Amino acid sequence: MHSGGCSVRALAPVLLPRWLCVPGARPARLRGSMRFLSTDSASVALPARARVVICGGGIVGTSVAYHLVKLGWTEVVLLEQGRLGAGTTRFCAGIVSVAKPLSVESKMADYSNALYERLEEETGVKTGFVRTGSLCLAQNQDRFLSLKRLASRLKVLGVSCNIIKPKDVARLHPLVNIHDLVGALHLPGDSVVSAPDVNHALAVASAAHGVQIYEHTSVNHVVVKKGHVKAVETDRGSIECEYFVNCAGQWAYELGQSSEVKVSVPLHGCEHFYLLTKPLSEPLQNDSPVLIDMDGRIYARAWHGGILSGGFEKNPKPIFTEGRNQLEIQNMQEDWDHFEPMLSALLRRMPGLESCEIQQLVNCPESFTPDMRCLMGETPGIYGYFVLAGMNSSGLSFAGGAGKYLAEWITYGYPSTSVWHLDIKRFGNLQSSRTFLRHRVMEVMPLLYELKVPRWDFQTGRQLRTSPLYDRLDTQGARWMEKHGFERAKYFVPAGKDLLALDQSKTFYKPDWFDIVGAEVKCCKEAVCVIDMSSFTKFELTSAGDQALDLLQRLCANDLDVPVGHIVHTGMLNQRGGYENDCSVVRISKNSFFIISPTDQQVHCWSWIKKHMPSDPQLHLEDVSWKYTALNLIGPRAMDVLSELSYVSMTPEHFPSLFCKEMSVGYANGIRVMSMTHTGEPGFMLYIPIEYALHVYNEVMSVGQKYGIRNAGYYALRSLRIEKFFAFWGQDLDSFTTPLECGREFRVKFDKDTDFLGRDALLRQRVEGVTRRFVMLILEDHDTELDVWPWWGEPIYRNGELVGVTTSSAYSYTLQRHVCLGFLSSTNTDGSPAAVTADFINRGDYEVDIAGQKFPAKAKLYPFSSLFTQQKRRKDDMELSNFQSK
Amino acid sequence: MAATSQVSRVIRGRRFGQILVPAMTCQNSSRPPGPCINATQPHSFEQRWQHQVRGYRTSPVWHTHYLTPPQVNSILKANEYSFKVPEFDGKNLSSVMGFDSNQLPANAPIEDRRSAATCLQTRGMLYGVFDGHAGCACAQALTERLFYYIAISLLPHETLMELEDAVENGRPLQPILQWHKHPNDYFSKEASQLYFSSLRTYWQELLDLSVPGEQPDVAEALVSAFKRLDNDISLEAQVGDPNAFLHYLVLRVAFSGATACVAHIDGNELHIANTGDCRAVLGVQEPDGSFSALTLTNDHNAQNESEMKRVLSEHPLSEAKSVVKQDRLLGLLMPFRAFGDVKFKWSIELQHRVLESGPDQLHENEHAKFIPPNYHTPPYLTAEPEVTRHHLRPQDRFLVLGSDGLWETLHRQEVVRIVGEHLTGVHQQQPVSVGGYKVTLGQMQGLLQERKARISSTFEDQNAATHLIRHAVGNNEFGMVDHERLSKMLSLPEELARMYRDDITIIIVQFNPHVIGGQ
Repeated sequence: MHSGGCSVRALAPVLLPRWLCVPGARPARLRGSMRFLSTDSASVALPARARVVICGGGIVGTSVAYHLVKLGWTEVVLLEQGRLGAGTTRFCAGIVSVAKPLSVESKMADYSNALYERLEEETGVKTGFVRTGSLCLAQNQDRFLSLKRLASRLKVLGVSCNIIKPKDVARLHPLVNIHDLVGALHLPGDSVVSAPDVNHALAVASAAHGVQIYEHTSVNHVVVKKGHVKAVETDRGSIECEYFVNCAGQWAYELGQSSEVKVSVPLHGCEHFYLLTKPLSEPLQNDSPVLIDMDGRIYARAWHGGILSGGFEKNPKPIFTEGRNQLEIQNMQEDWDHFEPMLSALLRRMPGLESCEIQQLVNCPESFTPDMRCLMGETPGIYGYFVLAGMNSSGLSFAGGAGKYLAEWITYGYPSTSVWHLDIKRFGNLQSSRTFLRHRVMEVMPLLYELKVPRWDFQTGRQLRTSPLYDRLDTQGARWMEKHGFERAKYFVPAGKDLLALDQSKTFYKPDWFDIVGAEVKCCKEAVCVIDMSSFTKFELTSAGDQALDLLQRLCANDLDVPVGHIVHTGMLNQRGGYENDCSVVRISKNSFFIISPTDQQVHCWSWIKKHMPSDPQLHLEDVSWKYTALNLIGPRAMDVLSELSYVSMTPEHFPSLFCKEMSVGYANGIRVMSMTHTGEPGFMLYIPIEYALHVYNEVMSVGQKYGIRNAGYYALRSLRIEKFFAFWGQDLDSFTTPLECGREFRVKFDKDTDFLGRDALLRQRVEGVTRRFVMLILEDHDTELDVWPWWGEPIYRNGELVGVTTSSAYSYTLQRHVCLGFLSSTNTDGSPAAVTADFINRGDYEVDIAGQKFPAKAKLYPFSSLFTQQKRRKDDMELSNFQSK
Repeated sequence: MAATSQVSRVIRGRRFGQILVPAMTCQNSSRPPGPCINATQPHSFEQRWQHQVRGYRTSPVWHTHYLTPPQVNSILKANEYSFKVPEFDGKNLSSVMGFDSNQLPANAPIEDRRSAATCLQTRGMLYGVFDGHAGCACAQALTERLFYYIAISLLPHETLMELEDAVENGRPLQPILQWHKHPNDYFSKEASQLYFSSLRTYWQELLDLSVPGEQPDVAEALVSAFKRLDNDISLEAQVGDPNAFLHYLVLRVAFSGATACVAHIDGNELHIANTGDCRAVLGVQEPDGSFSALTLTNDHNAQNESEMKRVLSEHPLSEAKSVVKQDRLLGLLMPFRAFGDVKFKWSIELQHRVLESGPDQLHENEHAKFIPPNYHTPPYLTAEPEVTRHHLRPQDRFLVLGSDGLWETLHRQEVVRIVGEHLTGVHQQQPVSVGGYKVTLGQMQGLLQERKARISSTFEDQNAATHLIRHAVGNNEFGMVDHERLSKMLSLPEELARMYRDDITIIIVQFNPHVIGGQ
């Protein structure tokens, strides 16, 4: 380790006190405003108050500080327990790549890249920025396909990238063995930097704009009063503040737990190794492209004439489960035996390195989150407590963009783009168990470089929340997926039928469950199916007086002042008119409402309602998700099954659509039966107190037998809802989508008495016209058997021009076509957004780009009315009666 | 055929049996003296062997029948035993962490024995391996008796007084030894009374000789115990016993033989008393993490020059050519020191007298009746041990006691390497560190892949002795365990096994470097 120490220093010249000693080394324009407060002497007192306190002096924390002051904030204090950049930042491999699984992540990386490039000029601090470009290699066709998909997604963002042949790889990087490659993605814009230097530069720039930086200052806990951040207690005194930002990296979980009101920051550390070599006999050029060989699980970049190469192994080593102090991270041990597979992969990729001499093996812990996406935003329950952490080994790539978004969030209440997939509110306390995190990150870390195909599910940390019917369904062949910790059936494998093993079932093409789901869909259309939808988030809002109604009228765009027993589909909009939530609200009684929201809204919706709820002891919000099992009886015969079980006529005449009645089903009384489904098929939702769940299910199944009842799963549901053009929040809808953009103006009651949230924005939009429009695209000329299936995130072209991106897709068994949902937008000749009219949509030739291959598509603004079986049946009946009368 | 050549290689590489009995069988055989003339068993065995060789060559069953890995494991682990010295307050205060032992039979029944015990009246632990020949009776007697003789020899005068006083007054005895036995390690009940009275006679003599306040010297005690026990074995056979069964037993003990290697560990003091050709080797960890072997015993056989000199010097010059023939004592016995074996110790007259008065069963025993050739100036054999004293150092990590079945198959350096890596676990054993050395990526890859291969074979065995046996029996020419070979060696029929390997008995004592380093 001894010689290693030197080399790390070469990689990581973070020596903050130097800034104090030689301020002259900084450009003159910064000198006057420098306020670096290295507190080795501990004599410098902390300020008594500040507006924002940031905890964590790594690249993320400094980026947040940098962007806050850029947005005009003053009184920003940054606290670091050790030295700036002494955590993960210090050992960062220094690669900035836009090749990320989510578009918003690529966007952040792209921004970071641009920021780091100009940082040197802005601050005068050398950042080691070299635009090397990067090469993502594919050893097999599936990987190549995933790279092509990435390429078409990056093109939407305007990032330049090329799909290239192996021989072009050899041209760009002569050391690479290309014999086992099928192709590669070249990203010329990617770069390498020295992460500690970027950290340094961001600190210098922040300090120049007034950020006060204190090293060797640990945050003990955050003081919260009435749900708001009030102050930060440190080991050197307390600072009063309005906002607190937890950028503590590896220690963010710990810091969250130490708060008075515990904040769950679900992340966990894993050891991460990379190798440094001495210069090659013919030193490797500084600007040699970065190599990312995901099939070999390694990356490699040029480093001081040699190679820096690390990877994400199959068997990661989780650490710090018990929580550790700062000292540990400085003292991580190398583990060559653990590194062996990656070394072998490296030598296979670059056989010429065999004679190259080892400099050091660096062990640099990284923090990972349960879904491989970072944690960003305001925590539920504590206003003013923000988090930015859990970078999943992409801290450097994300820091710039993420810092910008978080600063916007603090400033404007939300970032300039939808970051739902990164929002910390997608998690709750239930993802905070140390055991869960430890197990899950062991799956997440290898996943970084695994082939990510549509419809993959995490295998670890499962069976946390289950419906009471779980075992019943499991024995009937259910295959499970997980949403927000809840097990949901994907489909039911009939007895005697076998599916492929998990590993082999990975495909971008037609999946092995195709016929199974097809049969379930058919049953939903023609007979009746049961889908267990217990995972839905269910709230009850009650009050003594009108408070509940008043609150909902303010939050919801639709009119909630309906007779008792009515169900209202409505959005909860923000000031921009965008969907914060899309839910169904049932008026149970005059002053009590039952709110049904998507599963992953449990934390987000709760905090949204709480945020706007007056503190009135007579107004009460309760999460009753766990109290009810939800069964969806779907299909034309659903009414027959139910009426047989309840001795009540369930025909539309007696039980019109969007109604809710408490009634008996079998022996069980007090079941909330609602005449609605989430797919547009006829049917009923049954909200059953959990102790009755098994009874009701058994009754339904036994009575339903003669109507051909069977279980169905979420894949059938998904196919049904997409072919009917039903948008789902979180997938199609986000906080930047308004009801007008997705054809739901009919659910907005502008003329109701209450001025609901987002009304002004919608009124404005109604006058100006929408600039993007939710459409349904039916793929033509797409061979289900042979062509790559659409997923989501595919670019949409209109008359050869990029106009949008898909948000979800499914195979419609009824249309026997693939249906993609997505948004179209239009621009004027000057590039400004133009109104998207029905005319614009109807008069265009559309193509959807799936992994580089363009498939013609028909765009539709409205669903096929013929798909609604009820109407179809009525039509059939008519034809039949005509026939009989003849 | 690979299998056959492998087998023949094994045969040629081995010498069978420690005793050469009636040359008659060899004379009957028309074959020139080859490796198989050394067979211990009577001629019927020889014939069976030839028959089996033929069967082996022709029968396809032999080629197709392989033991599965779990079957192999159950054979290897049948006799394994582990003992961890109990901890106090989470700390092990003993210089010994514990031991692993195991044995793999080749003879049926096995002629090797092992013992391990903690001395309760004094400090220290005792470990012993005993390699019997011409039957297992003598080795069995050693495993039951020798440690008591040693423990008694180590007792100070006062404790001996208490012992004698307790027996005298019919009070219960303070236990002297705490045994650490595998369930298969039996003690015979029938002889216990006889053994006890001999032991009591011994401590009564010790009482007369010792002085109060004097601490017995360990080395002297070991020598005294060895010699005394051998003497008692000899005497009991001469005196006989009214009980015919016991009488036959004591004769069998005396006429069979056994070598012994016993370790006594008390704190940092390690004493090894060795009689014969078992061996004790110390595993020493070098500063670079590798292990080297330090042999603590001398084999008492023809390969040992000073032993040769000793044996020759004890007999007249006229016998110089006949005392050691074909590297064997009187052309018969491989070890030059052993317990029992009264045929090499008693005068011819004594042997005849004892045999004639003995029970009838004895007369059917050809081995007993047979008088070694050129038998002029007995005794030719002694049980007196050679004692080695070693002061344990922090780098001394473990001690391997093994019967010659182990040392014939594996070089001591290899033994120490295998055990060392098993005990430390390759992964936690010195992690690879580049340090200041020049290492290329290619070299590192080679090293890592080798370590990986080693790890996978280590994980099968919890018990280091089992692991060592797995290597001893299954190693291929690259020093890796070859399952096919292992399976073949373990599936040999009883009567064949002895041709390919000897009984193997191993005790591996692991030292506690914290205690040893701290003292």
